[in-house]
Amino acid sequence: MDPLLLARWQFGVTTAYHYIFVPLTIGLALIVAIMQSIHFRTKNDMYDRMARFWGKLFVINFALGVVTGIVQEFQFGMNWSEYSRFVGDIFGIPLAIEALMAFFLESTFLGIWLFGRDRLPRAVHLLSIWMVALGSAVSAIWILMANSWMQQPVGYTLVDGRARLSDPVAVFLNERLLVEAPHTILAALTTAGLFVLGISAWHLLRHHQREMFLRSAQIAIVIVAVTSLLTATTGHSQAQHTARTQPMKLAAMEALWDSEQPASFSLFASIDQADGKSTREIKLPYLLSVLAYNNTTSEVEGIHQLEAADVAKYGPGDYVPPVAVVYWSFRAMVGLGMLFILLALVGLLLWWRGRLERRWFLRAAMVALFLPYLANFAGWITTEMGRQPWVVQGLLRTSSAVSPNVGATEVAITLAGFTLIYGVLAVLDFYLLYRFARPVTAPSQGDQDTGLGDVFAY
Amino acid sequence: MDIQTIWYALIAVLFIGYFVLEGFDFGVGMLMPLVAKDDTERRIVINTVGPFWDANEVWIITAGGAMFAAFPDWYATLFSGFYLALFLILVALILRAVGFEFRGKLDGLRWRRTADTAIVVGSTLPAFLWGVALTNLVRGVPIGADMQFQGNLLTLLSPFALLGGVVSIAVFALHGALFLNLRADEAVAARARRLASLLWWPTAAVLVAFFLFSYGQTDLFDRSGLVPGTLPVLAMIAFVASAVLVRLRWDAWAFATTALTIALATVVAFEGLYPTVMPSSLDPAYALTVYNASSSPLTLHVMLVVAIVFVPIVLAYQAYSYWVFRRRVTRRDIPGA
Ligand code: HDD
Ligand code: HEM
Ligand code: HEM
Repeated sequence: MDPLLLARWQFGVTTAYHYIFVPLTIGLALIVAIMQSIHFRTKNDMYDRMARFWGKLFVINFALGVVTGIVQEFQFGMNWSEYSRFVGDIFGIPLAIEALMAFFLESTFLGIWLFGRDRLPRAVHLLSIWMVALGSAVSAIWILMANSWMQQPVGYTLVDGRARLSDPVAVFLNERLLVEAPHTILAALTTAGLFVLGISAWHLLRHHQREMFLRSAQIAIVIVAVTSLLTATTGHSQAQHTARTQPMKLAAMEALWDSEQPASFSLFASIDQADGKSTREIKLPYLLSVLAYNNTTSEVEGIHQLEAADVAKYGPGDYVPPVAVVYWSFRAMVGLGMLFILLALVGLLLWWRGRLERRWFLRAAMVALFLPYLANFAGWITTEMGRQPWVVQGLLRTSSAVSPNVGATEVAITLAGFTLIYGVLAVLDFYLLYRFARPVTAPSQGDQDTGLGDVFAY
Repeated sequence: MDIQTIWYALIAVLFIGYFVLEGFDFGVGMLMPLVAKDDTERRIVINTVGPFWDANEVWIITAGGAMFAAFPDWYATLFSGFYLALFLILVALILRAVGFEFRGKLDGLRWRRTADTAIVVGSTLPAFLWGVALTNLVRGVPIGADMQFQGNLLTLLSPFALLGGVVSIAVFALHGALFLNLRADEAVAARARRLASLLWWPTAAVLVAFFLFSYGQTDLFDRSGLVPGTLPVLAMIAFVASAVLVRLRWDAWAFATTALTIALATVVAFEGLYPTVMPSSLDPAYALTVYNASSSPLTLHVMLVVAIVFVPIVLAYQAYSYWVFRRRVTRRDIPGA
């Protein structure tokens, strides 16, 4: 097997897996912090039980976020050493700052929060969960700065075939970051909101702890309503940014083989990458011009035209990303995003009418719990696969980024190893979440409020 | 001092932080079955490091990130070169973290036993492999003119490097025992104390063997001739002092001396290498140095500003967390026991 292909699979598998845990950590940290703050203010015990219940699920999820994150940090040097040499001057900066500014904050204060419950003044204990929430959001911003630079390299000069930093401010305020970070963080909040809503719905269906889970569901609906709308609008800004800076990616997202003016938005296409065309297509006129440039007249360039331009610029080669994958993952994300908005609006409406506990709604909410994971995955696939064959847009090809001295056998061993361990961990994680999240109706089961005893200490 | 040297020193500081802090939680993990007689005591042992181990681990994440930013070629050559060794470290760290975090979250003896095994293996294996890796780093590995590592996993497993691995297991175990002596319930602490006295002798033996071996294997001490210099001597004094202090029941000081031994040993390794960061066993001219492996001065300056602002803040709140959890963990702290 080709070591490049194996290394790409390994990066894809481990990163996608890491990102299962990441959005929930970012979102749930904030939600738990809010619940604990309400308890701090009102001294209403229900909010204390609530914060503990969701806090336990947070901790289980966080543990796997941490262990999979360390793999990420080492992987650039292990599998992508040429990449690391090429970008180290710039890419290393946010990575190092992330660890120093965010990971220390998250991990230290999580320790304080978990073990300090009975030892600290209430205000300090509350502050510690806010620090965890702050740390996870800050960590997202720095790592996304690193990723943004790969999408839109700025503030560099090429010296001896390597990117050298020339303008740190440009890197810190990368335009791409200003659209990518809000979208990603809002999507993380939507994810956590739907998680809380889905599990609350499960308890409400079983009439377990009605008061507390009704309140949780209401908090979640408000969060999802606000953030899912904002996720869509920030996603729209991001698409406009991509139209300007990565037109090939946008064309692949739309399977737009030939330039159009005005351009229409594709709803369905049966894509034939080998022949460079789509058979059978359903299109909405003008809409792509509106999405990309906010008017009904602009031209959007097509894959063939862009490819010709790329060949003229970079020399012969294949510059078209896997169109079908990018096209369908983009549609999956946007479709799911629309669905979340709808769900939240229906939820608000039912709540206003005092009918939140309709069974069909609760059942739908339970199913919706799983969907944001798909949407997040689809979003990253769009972003990352749409950039191929480049690993750093326009500067470095993925094929030149891989470690030259790491053989196929070695990568195969680690790929198999990680896949195996991650598989086992997935089962364990799912089982633990199930166990700690499920409604408990028999009163003999330990701590009746939250399902199980105090498992914050080990 | 030039900016490259400052960054080299900062990375040494991160490694010192890592070995001193994670060193004791590795030790605690390794010794858990030896010092704990029942499940409650095991939980006491785990809870002594409970609030700390994750933050301790962040020291190596930061060290990795800082190497990436400050010395990209060092990061790239080292991490791609020590590929399978690092993979094993990652696997072990995953097992250990999962063991710590999930042990108490499921019932059943079999699950607890599995988690205990994960903790012991996950603490011993990385301790060993970091010793092996550091020894290889100091001794030099086959690096070509293109800065690429040319060996494989077996290249790294020379007798000298394996001895380095044993040394780090022994030292971390001792360090961990002295930590338990300080923070565990009295019954556990007493056992840890006895174990520390027992462990001291074999640790001393492997340390001396390693030290003598390194005259032949490395050029750490070439500059100073037969007399090893002040820092190694201080490290030895600190190590000897730990045996005395633990007898005197100056518990905190005993722990501080093993911390000092580890810190000084790391300094000796980094100082001995400088200005090289990775010597090549093929040709000295192929070595990576702080100059040919570093990123641009602009990057180093930007990062220096960040480090000057944030390192003190990090140290402050980490110190605070150690202060909050300074009491012993007793049976009463374990829910349901
Ligand atoms: C948008 C957010 C985001 C993205 C794209 C990534 N991460 Fe992540 N990472 C987090 C957000 C995050 C987090 C929310 O901060 C985590 C998740 C769970 C946790 O404990 O912290 C985390 C944990 C985490 C840790 C463990 C920290 C600890 O021990 O406390 C490391 C070393 C990394 N990540 C490194 C990476 C690298 C090198 C990535 C790029 C490939 C990456 N992460 C993608
Ligand atoms: C966490 C969410 C992310 C997911 C799910 C994700 C997913 C992926 C996938 C699937 C690929 C493979 C594309 C291909 O090979 O065709 C890839 C490539 C890559 N991504 Fe991301 N990515 C994420 C975030 C990041 C971030 C934050 C960075 C950098 C800071 C990054 C750096 C890279 C690199 C270096 C590659 C090239 C290696 C390769 O092509 O496989 N990714 N990513
Ligand atoms: C509702 C309408 C949505 C629109 C219009 C939208 C649009 C976009 C666009 C244009 C990108 C960037 C692709 C690129 O150019 O590289 C993107 C990326 C992404 N989206 Fe969405 N999105 C929507 C909903 C969602 C939802 C609901 C989620 C998850 C809950 C989500 C998660 C992500 C993630 C994780 C990324 C990758 C990171 C990034 O590049 O920002 N999106 N989205």
